[in-house]
Amino acid sequence: MIEVENLHKSFGEAHVLKGISTSFEKGKTNLIIGQSGSGKTVFLKCLLGLFTPEEGKIAYEGQVYSELSLDEKRDLRQEMGMVFQGSALFDSMTVEGNVMFPLEMFTKQSRSEMQDRVDFVLKRVNLIDAHHKYPSEISGGMQKRVAIARAIVMNPKYLFCDEPNSGLDPKTAILIDNLIQEITKEYNITTVINSHDMNSVMEIGEKIIFLKDGFKEWEGSNKEIFKTDNAAVTNFVYSSELFKKVRQMYLEERN
Amino acid sequence: MNYIASIGSYAIMVKEVFKKPTKWSVMKSLILKEIDELVYGSMGIIIFISIFIGGVVAIQTALNLTNPLIPKNLIGFATRQSVILEFAPTFTSIIMAGKVGSYITSSIGTMRVTEQIDALEVMGVNSLNYLVFPKIIAMLLYPFVVAIAMYVGIFGGWAAGVFGGHTSSADFIQGLQLDFIPFHVSYSFIKSLVFAIVIATVPSYHGYYMKGGALEVGKASTTSFVWTSVVIIILNFILTSLLLG
Repeated sequence: MIEVENLHKSFGEAHVLKGISTSFEKGKTNLIIGQSGSGKTVFLKCLLGLFTPEEGKIAYEGQVYSELSLDEKRDLRQEMGMVFQGSALFDSMTVEGNVMFPLEMFTKQSRSEMQDRVDFVLKRVNLIDAHHKYPSEISGGMQKRVAIARAIVMNPKYLFCDEPNSGLDPKTAILIDNLIQEITKEYNITTVINSHDMNSVMEIGEKIIFLKDGFKEWEGSNKEIFKTDNAAVTNFVYSSELFKKVRQMYLEERN
Repeated sequence: MNYIASIGSYAIMVKEVFKKPTKWSVMKSLILKEIDELVYGSMGIIIFISIFIGGVVAIQTALNLTNPLIPKNLIGFATRQSVILEFAPTFTSIIMAGKVGSYITSSIGTMRVTEQIDALEVMGVNSLNYLVFPKIIAMLLYPFVVAIAMYVGIFGGWAAGVFGGHTSSADFIQGLQLDFIPFHVSYSFIKSLVFAIVIATVPSYHGYYMKGGALEVGKASTTSFVWTSVVIIILNFILTSLLLG
C-alpha cells in the first residue's frame, strides 16, 4: 500500500502539486487521470522518488520515503517496476538483455536461472520470438510489452505505468491494459497508472484519482465515475459524444 | 554564480560516481566495453595525428635553423621536447576531448532524453556509477595512448627530417638523446592522467544533467567540448607551473 499525505511540488514559480492526499491499495489498478499539465507525471515521478516534494510525505507499507537514506531508497526502488511512456528500453541491448538487466544487477542467479525467468516473463507478455531483436527493430506495442516484462521480472511490489498505451492502436491498447490488470491480480501488486485514455479508465480503473490544476479534484472507482456529479470530472471524462452516450445509457439502465 | 553552482554540482556528481558500486560481474564487462570504445577506438586517429605533428615539428625546426653554427641535432632535440612535453599529452587530449568527449556527452544525453537514466534510477541502480565509473577506469589507460603518441610522433619527426633531407638519421638520434631528462616523461604521464579524468568526467557531467530534446543533445556535446578543452588548458598551465616551474 502507498499512502500519500499533503504532497506539494513546485518548479520555480509554478506550484504543480497542491496538497495531494490519497492512498493506493495492494492488488488494485489505481489510475491517475487529468488533463495535460494537471500534474499527473510530476505526481508519478514524486511517487517514484525521481522528484523530491517540498512538503508532504509518501509512505510505502509505512516506510516514509523522505526519511530513508539514499541506499535505503535505492533498495526500495528494487521493489518497484516502471513502464515509461516511451518504454525507455536500453537501445544498446536486445529484448532479452533489457529484461535480464535487473536480474544481472541485483540477483545471484545462474545464467540458466536468469534465462528461464526471462523466457517466462516474455512468454507472459506474449513475446516469444523477439529475444534477440533490438528495441529499434520491434513495434511500439512490442516495446511496451518488453517494458512491462522488464518491470515485472523482479516480482515487484509496486508497478508504475506512465501512459502505457499512448501511441498504440485501440486493440493493442486494450491488450496492454488487460495485461497490466492480469499481472496486478496475479502477483498482488500495487499498480499506479498515469493515463488519459478513457477506455483504460472504464475498463481497469478500480481506483481513479482525478487531478485538476495540481489539486485532487475527485477520487472513486470506474463504477462511481458514471454516477458522479462533479462537473470537472464529467467534463473531462465525458468530453466525447460516445462517452456521453455510454454514460446516459448506463444511468438509464440503472434507473 | 552559475559557474560556481556548476562546479559544485560537478563535484557532487564525481562523489556520487564512487557510491553504491555496480555488481562487479556487470561492471567488468562495462569497463572492457569502454576500453574498446574510448581507448582502443581512438588509437587510429591519435597515431595518424601524432605522426604528422612530429613531422611538422621536425620540418619547422629544420627550416628555422638558418645559422650554420647551430648543430643539426637540434632538430631531434626540439622534436623530442615538443612531442614529449606538449604535443603528446596536451594536443592529443584536446583531440580526445572532441572525439571521446562528444561521444560520452551524446550517449549519456540521449539516455537522459529517452528516460533510460530514469529507468536505471527507478530500478535502484546508481546511474552515475553505472555510466561514468567504467569510463573513468577505461580512461586510466590513456597514458598508454600518450606513450604511443610520443613514440609515433618522434618517429614521424625522424621520418620527415631524414627523408625530407633536413638532417641525417645519426644527427636526429643524437639530438633525441641530448640532455634527456627522464622526469619530463613522468611529467607528461602525470598530466595525461589528470586530463584523462577530465575527459571522462566533464563530458559525462554535461550529458547527465542536460535538459531538453535531441537538439539539446547536440548543443550539450558542443558545450562539453568547449569546457573540457578550457579545463585541460587551465590544468596544463597549473601542472606545468607546479611540476616544472
